[in-house]
Amino acid sequence: MTGYILKRLVSAIPVLLGISVIVFLIMAMIPGDPATAILGSYATPENVEKLNRDLGLDQGLVARYFIWLGNMLQGDFGRSFALNRPVLDEVLDRFGATLILAGTSFVLCSLLGIAAGVISAARQYGVADKAITFVVLLGISIPSFFLGMMMILVFAVQLRWFPVSGMWPIYGDRNLGVLLEHLAMPAFALSVVATGVIARLARSAMLEVLRQDFIRTARAKGVRERQVIWRHALRAAMVSIIPILGIQAGFVLSGAVYIEMVFQWPGVGRMLVDAILKRDILLVQGGVVFIAACYVIFNIMVDVAQALLDPRIKT
Amino acid sequence: MMAFFRLLARNRLALAGLVVIGIVVVLALITPLLPLADPDVTDTPNRFQPMFSAGALLGTDHLGRDLLSRLMWGTRLSLAMGFAAAVIAAVLGSAIGIIAGFYGGRTDNVIMRGVDMLMAFPYILLALAIVAALGPGLMNALIAVAAVNVPFFARNIRGITVGIAHKEFVDAARLAGMRNREIILAEVLPNVLPVIVIAMSTTVGWMILETAGLSFLGLGSQPPQADLGSMLGEARSALITNPHTSIVPGAMILVIVMGINLLGDGVRDALDPRLKSGALSRPMPATTVDRDGPAPAARTDSLLDIADLRTEFRVRNRVYKAVGGVDLHVEKGECLGIIGESGSGKSVTALSVMGLVASPPGVITGGAVHFDGQDLVGARYEVLRSLRGRRVAYIFQDPQATLHPLYKAGDQLIEAIRTHEDVSREAAHRRAISLLKSVRIPNAESRMESYPYEMSGGMRQRVGIAMALANDPDVIIADEPTTALDVTVQAQILSVLSDLRRERGLAIIFITHDFGVVGQLCDRVAVMYAGRIVEEGPTAAVLRSPQHPYTSRLIDCVPTLGGGQRRLAAIPGLPPVVDRLPHGCAFADRCDKAQAECRAGSIALAPTEPARKVRCLFPEVAKERSA
Amino acid sequence: MSEALRLTGLSKSFPVGKRLFGPPRAMVHAVHPLDLDVRTGETLGIVGESGCGKSTLAKMLVGLLPPSTGQIEIEGETLDNADPAIFGKRIQYVFQDPNSSLNPRKTIRQIMEVPLRKLHGLDRAARAARIQEIFAAVNLREEFLDRYPHEFSGGQAQRIGIARALAAQARILILDEPVSALDVSVQAQVLNLLADLKTEFGLTYLFISHDLAVVEAVSDRIAVLYFGSIVEVGSAREIFANPRHPYTALLAQSAPEVGRPIAAPENAETELPDPLSPPVGCAFHERCAFATDRCRAEKPVLTADGADRALACFNPLPGPVSR
Repeated sequence: MTGYILKRLVSAIPVLLGISVIVFLIMAMIPGDPATAILGSYATPENVEKLNRDLGLDQGLVARYFIWLGNMLQGDFGRSFALNRPVLDEVLDRFGATLILAGTSFVLCSLLGIAAGVISAARQYGVADKAITFVVLLGISIPSFFLGMMMILVFAVQLRWFPVSGMWPIYGDRNLGVLLEHLAMPAFALSVVATGVIARLARSAMLEVLRQDFIRTARAKGVRERQVIWRHALRAAMVSIIPILGIQAGFVLSGAVYIEMVFQWPGVGRMLVDAILKRDILLVQGGVVFIAACYVIFNIMVDVAQALLDPRIKT
Repeated sequence: MMAFFRLLARNRLALAGLVVIGIVVVLALITPLLPLADPDVTDTPNRFQPMFSAGALLGTDHLGRDLLSRLMWGTRLSLAMGFAAAVIAAVLGSAIGIIAGFYGGRTDNVIMRGVDMLMAFPYILLALAIVAALGPGLMNALIAVAAVNVPFFARNIRGITVGIAHKEFVDAARLAGMRNREIILAEVLPNVLPVIVIAMSTTVGWMILETAGLSFLGLGSQPPQADLGSMLGEARSALITNPHTSIVPGAMILVIVMGINLLGDGVRDALDPRLKSGALSRPMPATTVDRDGPAPAARTDSLLDIADLRTEFRVRNRVYKAVGGVDLHVEKGECLGIIGESGSGKSVTALSVMGLVASPPGVITGGAVHFDGQDLVGARYEVLRSLRGRRVAYIFQDPQATLHPLYKAGDQLIEAIRTHEDVSREAAHRRAISLLKSVRIPNAESRMESYPYEMSGGMRQRVGIAMALANDPDVIIADEPTTALDVTVQAQILSVLSDLRRERGLAIIFITHDFGVVGQLCDRVAVMYAGRIVEEGPTAAVLRSPQHPYTSRLIDCVPTLGGGQRRLAAIPGLPPVVDRLPHGCAFADRCDKAQAECRAGSIALAPTEPARKVRCLFPEVAKERSA
Repeated sequence: MSEALRLTGLSKSFPVGKRLFGPPRAMVHAVHPLDLDVRTGETLGIVGESGCGKSTLAKMLVGLLPPSTGQIEIEGETLDNADPAIFGKRIQYVFQDPNSSLNPRKTIRQIMEVPLRKLHGLDRAARAARIQEIFAAVNLREEFLDRYPHEFSGGQAQRIGIARALAAQARILILDEPVSALDVSVQAQVLNLLADLKTEFGLTYLFISHDLAVVEAVSDRIAVLYFGSIVEVGSAREIFANPRHPYTALLAQSAPEVGRPIAAPENAETELPDPLSPPVGCAFHERCAFATDRCRAEKPVLTADGADRALACFNPLPGPVSR
């Protein structure tokens, strides 16, 4: 197993390099003088010249890439001109909040989605199946930002169950209870779409597995139906559900951008949107690379989980 | 094409989706012709008019613009963006996927590594990076959304293409002189197209959400032009004071996307050939029983007595009578062979005994199965379950598919033991090892830890047999247990089964299409044709002097080793399809002795000699055959 | 008698554990270098169990797989560029699974026209006439031409597959398990049709199957394949009646036969060797009752025994006298 993990970690290196190349190339598409684009049109000539030196902007594309990569490897993601602080500091400050939000949503959608999918498949065409199918359809059709806004209207403004927005109250203590109160609505709104997608795929994966011969074998052995569903079928279905979880984690992370906007959540998503609108290029570049790298690491964990589940992979 | 629309129309939800989307699209198309206010003219004094106010049916927004008009124009824009993004992504992604999948090898490797890199981004990061580089704007958002979805199409279509590129018809096209480009266009593409359409119809909704999302963030359409997303984004600051400005565009997105998703699911179902045959249903724990009339009494006091068993498959409006009234019985320690071609109902008969026929579409519609005096047809599930594996055990055909791929062989055996008996894991483990030894598996202890994929076909089938023996059953039903195996391995497995039977006094129902196997293993044989038994009797007698013309001709047309090069006595025609069984004898159309009365009415399975029965009006005259 | 096909030193190995760059981790030898002649007008049967390399061999013969070593001579000419379109005019292939060998989205006419157009460049009228002729030969009604493959039973679909092979006007047909997907009562129909076509068009067959009795019934000569090598070749009449290679004998004894009591034909509970770690010496030695030290060290080569038989064994069973 350790061998497999090491192998996956090593194989992540070209992926990370590829990501950096893609981001770099996209950013190289920016029209006009890069230094002006990065510093804005009010930059002083001295600052432009300094930046040109630091980032090698007066050199060729390849050289620029390696200077940029080298800087990043030393932990230097550049400096945000709008915030006037190092990009990495800003990203790290914000990343915690995103992690709390997206992590909670991911756990929520995985558990709910799989459970709903299994129940739906086990009771195919039954009342539970139809109800779940309908709710799921509603879930994948509603834009998460609209859902978030409606939840604010109903649960925060009308019913006053939860605070309208933010991660912490402006005054008062910062403890777990307060956090959960603030987290509940955004985490739920964020998880809805992914729950729906996972539930649908889990349902079809379960239906696929339940038709397999080995399920008939289990039944012929006299295994109890509950065991057939939750042990034999789900175990086999997980092989195709786990990669979906990996992909959905990316969607949750993506959806976090909208939810952070709606609920004023102080995460990286909001930071990125603000940065784009302010044309704070280095912050966008650094933020994107950082989050993508984290996602690559997460996907390695998904692969390891898959290998633990399916003995056929471990070679 | 017509069939496609019929299938689509049958799905009421899809139809509803189609109607909704149809209306929305038509409205969007005729928007320029409608008498609407200019969507972009601001009228600040009249800002935030409520719904149903004069001159503004849906009210006005924060700049006093007419919401209805903005909604219609916004819908138009959102739909166009979504469809455009879907088409661009589908065309590019599918092209990449087909090329990678068809050529394989290094081309595939390089392309798919690139696709993997793109998919290593949470999709919005890529979209945000593209928009950041190109600058906010409608076209740039469109490019970003399309680009982000290309890898999804590429990977999906590549998988399908790989499957098709390895089909034999592609090889056949090569041999017929076609070049790669022609094969891609003429052989591969028509088979991939339905999948592309499915992928598109299920992602259009998603694309609309994504473009709306970018506009919501202010990165898509720029003021004063608005799509639904930017309308919602602009309304957000007035959410609490004037919620209707948010609800109107939001609800529209919901309606559109939901309609598209309903329609997309309908398209997927209509294009998926498996759904037509009902093959996407999940089999229930036990076969459905829908017995009209009382259960027949047992005809013998045998250990297992099947009386007038009828099992059907109900697929849409067709009824396939797979088993049409079968009487059989097995004594303690006896080996009964059931022989027949595919579709003769032999496996369905065997699976009906313990309610293991996949249901839906299978239904037991009549008859009784008495085991030890108790009728199992329509018995409570718990009764069936406690007998399954304990008193009546099964061995199935394909040992590759019948063992759980993710559990160790030992664990599957232990489960079989502990399902019916409350013993410790250690005791079960010991017993499992002795079971593996009893089917002559070398190194039984280490085999306990093996996964099925680590074993050969013969070894897996031995595990299957060991599992059937786990609870010392009275009857083993073996459904073509050696058909998937090589002949030398088949001989090994048959010898194991034959020895076990003698040692343990097992009754075996052995289902096969091979006369040689029946001749070597079985005491008695029943020959099935089109869902019924046509002949039954002691194996040696039936094989030596078959009485039903079908049995006789079937024996003749199968070559046996040692006969030398020769012409075979073929049976003309095909077996009947069991949803359109002829009146009278089902074999009449292929029989050279058939008379008018053979087709007149049903023919009984009548005794001819002691212990022999035949369903024929003109049985073969006893002639000695060279066995 | 002339040779329709002559294979010299033909072999195929597949890489396993491919890497993006650099050599693969290991090679699996699906077919070991072999020599084989197929005489014009004969039916040569090839039998072997799964994994013995018979399908790989067949695919090489029609150019669907490039051989790793050796050459293929068809009707006296060497075709060393693996181009199925050039092979196609001389040698054709009938596939095992009739349903997967017909494109589900093309009509039978579209399928039948491809070889006529691509290999022979016939115009529309000539194509129609030719299809009519072929359909008559394989007993198919012309109204089938405008239907799609899923409307046919296995036996009919296999006839269509045979018709397509005939359309290329090749004189050699590779029949790769042509009846094993069919029901027994339909098997005989197709086998008889193949026999009729052979006389009518003067064809040469290479008939590949795992079913000994079927191969025996259709072949003039039979080659027995084990683990990628030919272990015995002889006349169909003799080879199973008087096997000389212990593996051929094991095959013959394993075939279920009415009246013969069941007994394990070999004592060892063994199966095929692992292709990733092939045994040294004779591939069969682990299952062979007559194996000696020599068998475990040295690989026997196929040698003619003087009579109409060739075999690869150091300790063959005695000739016909023993039975």
